Amino acid sequence: MGGHLNINHLLFLGHGALWTIGLSLIALVGGAAVGFVIALARISPLKSVRLLSAAYVQIVQGTPLLVILFLGYFGLAAIGLQTSPLVAAGASLTIYVAAYLGEIWRGSIQSVPKPQWEAAEGLALSRTQRMMKVILPQAVRIATPPTVGFMVQIIKNTSLASVVGFVELMRSGQIVNNSLFEPFVVYAIIAAVYFAMCYPLSLFSQKLERRMGRGSVNPALA
Amino acid sequence: MQQTASPTPIVSLRDVQKSFGSLKVLDGVSFAVERGEVLAIIGRSGSGKSTALRCIDRFEKVDGGEIIVCGRRVDLPDIDLRALRQDVGIVFQSYNLFPHLTIEQNITLAPCSVKRMGLSEAKALARKVLAQVGLEEKVHAYPEQLSGGQQQRAAIARSLAMQPKVMLFDEVTSALDPELTGEVLKVIEQLAADGMTMVMVTHEMGFARSIADRIVFMHRGKVHETGPASILTAPTTPELVQFVGTGNLKS
Amino acid sequence: MSIELDFPAVLERWPNFVGGAILTLELAFFATVSGALLGTLAAVGRGTHSRLIARICKVYVEAIRNTPLLVQIFLVYFGLASIGLKLSAFTVAVVALTINVGAYTAEIMRAGFEAIPRGQIEAAEGLALTRFQIYWHIILLPAVEKVYPALTSQFVLLMLASSVCSQISAEELTAVANYIQSDTYRAFETYIIVAVLYILLSLVMRAGFWGLGLVLFPRRRQLGTPL
Ligand SMILES: Nc1ncnc2c1ncn2[C@@H]1O[C@H](COP(=O)(O)OP(=O)(O)OP(=O)(O)O)[C@@H](O)[C@H]1O
Ligand SMILES: [Mg+2]
Repeated sequence: MGGHLNINHLLFLGHGALWTIGLSLIALVGGAAVGFVIALARISPLKSVRLLSAAYVQIVQGTPLLVILFLGYFGLAAIGLQTSPLVAAGASLTIYVAAYLGEIWRGSIQSVPKPQWEAAEGLALSRTQRMMKVILPQAVRIATPPTVGFMVQIIKNTSLASVVGFVELMRSGQIVNNSLFEPFVVYAIIAAVYFAMCYPLSLFSQKLERRMGRGSVNPALA
Repeated sequence: MQQTASPTPIVSLRDVQKSFGSLKVLDGVSFAVERGEVLAIIGRSGSGKSTALRCIDRFEKVDGGEIIVCGRRVDLPDIDLRALRQDVGIVFQSYNLFPHLTIEQNITLAPCSVKRMGLSEAKALARKVLAQVGLEEKVHAYPEQLSGGQQQRAAIARSLAMQPKVMLFDEVTSALDPELTGEVLKVIEQLAADGMTMVMVTHEMGFARSIADRIVFMHRGKVHETGPASILTAPTTPELVQFVGTGNLKS
Repeated sequence: MSIELDFPAVLERWPNFVGGAILTLELAFFATVSGALLGTLAAVGRGTHSRLIARICKVYVEAIRNTPLLVQIFLVYFGLASIGLKLSAFTVAVVALTINVGAYTAEIMRAGFEAIPRGQIEAAEGLALTRFQIYWHIILLPAVEKVYPALTSQFVLLMLASSVCSQISAEELTAVANYIQSDTYRAFETYIIVAVLYILLSLVMRAGFWGLGLVLFPRRRQLGTPL
């Protein structure tokens, strides 16, 4: 590489973009699995479970993702594991995403109208059956728009994995820039690629929200 | 404008036209209100009563005709809206008190910011107009702490604080229970007795008959029949006969 | 598998940590104040009759909300440098965070504006208030009151996100931590302490906004409705 922006640079950036998508999917799947447990734990009949899961959410939502990434990166090393940027970034993003998705989903579950809960109880279904057969199918509908909206946050947040050396879109931009010394041009291209990935999802989320007919303020996101 | 010896009306509409899209809502409406007069506008739902009233305070622009309020041509585009609205008080069916302000702040807001009145003077004024509507003890309450009838009385007080030359009321009691309606009507009755010029759209036929000097019956965007309150008991057009006959005449 | 943690070695540097925390609060304060202004203007702009202004505001909001803060910071950093503006990293960080949080604030404020019933504005017009007076008393203040919880969360998130400014070497808590850990070789302990400090900072900010809310919205205080 070196010299002017050429096809190799663009290929390298494209490769980084694929890893951004890959890392986003890892974070989404991992965060969804843990987040689902968190959501259920937050409304558990057991007080200790509720408190523990609430503490988890408070701690993660009170810590910057960058610090969580550093903790993941150096923490895995501290317990003696051979750590790679992918594992550190995947684990940290999972922890982070789980706290936010857990809260979004708890809100969705709790906004299933009260009569539905009572009707399910009246049918003598067990707690698990009530959840699985009556409440969750309705909660999924409510949760879809904000979940799609949060996927935009996940994609954007994977850019921080560059800081612990994971070569995704942002990091590949920095590497390209190191040979080009055209930071403004390179970062503008990077921004455009992120926009191309995020904007369709944003539009989709807005469309879903309108279809649901709720003009609620989105959860605060950065 | 013509110069005549007879007193000029405070509000006059002449051949007013107004359409929403292809829907003709006012089709040549004319009437006038003299100083100290109480005019009641009645008619079926959709006959154009609210629209006529809103045209007087220029919440709607007219398509044709002439409206003069306190000597101002309201139909012309260069109307000084804020001067007009200092002369005209308007009270809505849904009260529209400002929920984040106390009753006192609701009342003092306009005198302080529009007339540049001092705060202590405005507060004294607030007490005076609240006394007029019987709500002195609610100065520091917030709107949501008041009943519907009290909120509507507070909204009337808020308008009175601007010392308008004419008051417009648009079905100010139709969101209220019968018992709360009574307390609001009593306030309006007192205003009439004090000589306030008023135009009110109302469904309370008994009330209209007892306090209105003149009735305007609107039908399909036109003034179909007009005259003293007695036309309610002796209507001449079949439409007004039907309108007062269908249980609208409560006494 | 054994972890040997040595907190005292890191806690020795507590003055640096405290200094970093204060810098982060300062950064968040400046960005919040200017971002709130910018965002409110953008929300007003989106509602104006001028198509062009509304369009510009929409492009701004969507461009920011759909790109990472980290990229925005680098763009501002190199963008300002390329037009010959030599600003401190801290100032650049304030500018970048302002632009970022302004877009989110604009969306929140827009929802607040839309929640003001039409009748409120008509009532104010009927009282002869000027357009500016109506905007201030009847639209802006009640809208802020409505969306105050959302704004609070957004500004706390901004404070947390400001940790990214360490990447342009702006002086703040995470940058201080990066320095301490490279100095003490106690990375894990350092970042645990920093995480605790951020949690404390977010609690401090929430308490601050709660108190400010009591001052700004006397109705909430008197009626006891939660903010
Ligand atoms: N802003 C508007 N846009 C379109 N149509 C309107 C608008 N305002 C009123 N209309 C229509 O104009 C007609 C007359 O409305 P108006 O509100 O004047 O009736 P009204 O006599 O006050 O009826 P009501 O007794 O129900 O209040 C109705 O058909 C109404 O739907
Ligand atoms: Mg009407």
